Amino acid sequence: MRGKVHKYASANIDTDVIIPGPYLKIHDHRELAKHAMEGLDLKFPEKVSEGDFLVSGSNFGCGSSREHAPIALSHAGIKAILAPSFARIFYRNAVDGGYLLPIEIEESTMKRIDDKDELEIDISQNKITNLTKNKESYDMKPFPDLIAKIVEAGGLMNFKYDTEEGKTRGNI
Amino acid sequence: MTVTEKILARASDKQKVSPGDVIFAKVDKLMMHDVSGPGVIKVFNEWEKKGKKFEGIWDPARVWITEDHFVPSADKISAENIDTLSKWAEKYGVKKHFKYGLGQYGICHTLSHEEALVLPGEVYVGGDSHTNTTGAMGAFAAGLGHTDIAYVLINGVTWFRVPETMLFRLSGKKPDYIMAKDMILSIIGEVGTDGANYKAMQFSGKIIKELPMEERLTLTNMTTEAGAKNGIIEADETTDQYIHERTDAKYSSLVGDDNAEFSEVFDYEIDKMEPIVAKPFSPGNISAARDLQGVEINKAYIGSCTGAKLEDLRLAAKFMKGKKVKIRTEVLPATQSIYLKAMNEGLINTFIEAGAVVGPPTCGACCGAHMGVLGKDEICISTTNRNFPGRMGHVESQTYLASPIVVAASSLTGKITDPRDTGKN
Repeated sequence: MRGKVHKYASANIDTDVIIPGPYLKIHDHRELAKHAMEGLDLKFPEKVSEGDFLVSGSNFGCGSSREHAPIALSHAGIKAILAPSFARIFYRNAVDGGYLLPIEIEESTMKRIDDKDELEIDISQNKITNLTKNKESYDMKPFPDLIAKIVEAGGLMNFKYDTEEGKTRGNI
Repeated sequence: MTVTEKILARASDKQKVSPGDVIFAKVDKLMMHDVSGPGVIKVFNEWEKKGKKFEGIWDPARVWITEDHFVPSADKISAENIDTLSKWAEKYGVKKHFKYGLGQYGICHTLSHEEALVLPGEVYVGGDSHTNTTGAMGAFAAGLGHTDIAYVLINGVTWFRVPETMLFRLSGKKPDYIMAKDMILSIIGEVGTDGANYKAMQFSGKIIKELPMEERLTLTNMTTEAGAKNGIIEADETTDQYIHERTDAKYSSLVGDDNAEFSEVFDYEIDKMEPIVAKPFSPGNISAARDLQGVEINKAYIGSCTGAKLEDLRLAAKFMKGKKVKIRTEVLPATQSIYLKAMNEGLINTFIEAGAVVGPPTCGACCGAHMGVLGKDEICISTTNRNFPGRMGHVESQTYLASPIVVAASSLTGKITDPRDTGKN
């Protein structure tokens, strides 16, 4: 994956900022994308190109369980978010819905990456390369096993269990 | 094992689980509402476009639905969402559907306990982040998004990483005017808004034993604001009595082992606790109410799953009885049944005589949706649970979070007011 960075360095960027409450009644993904990050930056949707990355401070996505948040960001073009930590439901929604990758990085890495930097992310090697900064590279925290499998499947709804405990009713 | 670990072990047919284990747990109860429900239906629609087929809910009797966020229908889209959800529920046989204008309905988390829809020892998932609330009934209760809810609706199971448990022991004697809201704001102020991320927050101690069920629910409700996966209080006589007053359903409670391991233990002596307010723009940005006195506000809001239960309304009304509000004040009981009880107790009269407007149950202005949304530069003191930028309306509005007593006291002065100081000036 290769893309440009949009950096919002503050910690605790919450779901009310990512997609404000009045839009919760909307379930058209393209419409939601028009309001991504509206509480912080009205110009966000026009700044982002398909495949870009968002770099942010810790506890990204705290607040509500609204799946609208990763939906709005992913349909605006964001394919991965790099942050020192994520709020649990946002993380889970991003992965299980197959919208975008929540990538955990060190705080120092977050500080090192600047707005508009061009990054290359290789999740098979857990490596991030900064093409703007002389190809310096950073580590990302590897995905836990189950998360990696769900990512590979493209979301929980496409995920097939091969474990004994995963044998469940239904047509997944 | 802690109570959270024991519930997850039982739900995954294991003798033992430990923090960090990834398990697939059987789900006992599932909830969705007029915001998450249509999102879940959209997941199924997209899935069917890929050639898969949704053949029905794993167990419709374990599913319940409420209309709470955009009701009474805020606009055309809200009305269509409610209609979509109703048709879907009917098609797939969900009988427990709480509809506005058709008897009991209200905020999902309040219904979960008011109707005893979730029981001790159960695994409960809901399409809303404050699903944590219901953990006060001795259940494992956690919020999920649309896709996760859709998955459970098909399979009846979901994955969890077993959380570490942080234990909060509250002891001492509760001072006058102190409510559970002051306790949980103090705790969030100490651990931070990500201090319990991925973890369980368990509450115990003498104070918890003495707290009525509705106050306990305020504690677990706001564990979400510390990032917790779940909040939990082990079921005891108070829990059993509360449930038996509402249902004769059988259940099997679990409590933690004496040698359970906690990742952290926090001890609070609350004898000297003061009324607490969380300032904009974070539930962790706390201050003593007294240190903020004189801060002018435009509006007082008594509503939501956090602060519009019957006990919340009783204490607010006690403060407002015979007095007049100085600023716009809005009171929205959390469910229709609470509304009726408040009416029978004369609380609604008190609010209206004081000058407040009383509205129907809705999540409404708490999430900036409708019915009392804040405009630019408006400043509100609220019994709700979040005060992020734009949470209750305009991104340049401000919300202070406080207990129903502090909000009631402030409604009478138009300034943030420590209830202990009322009448002194």
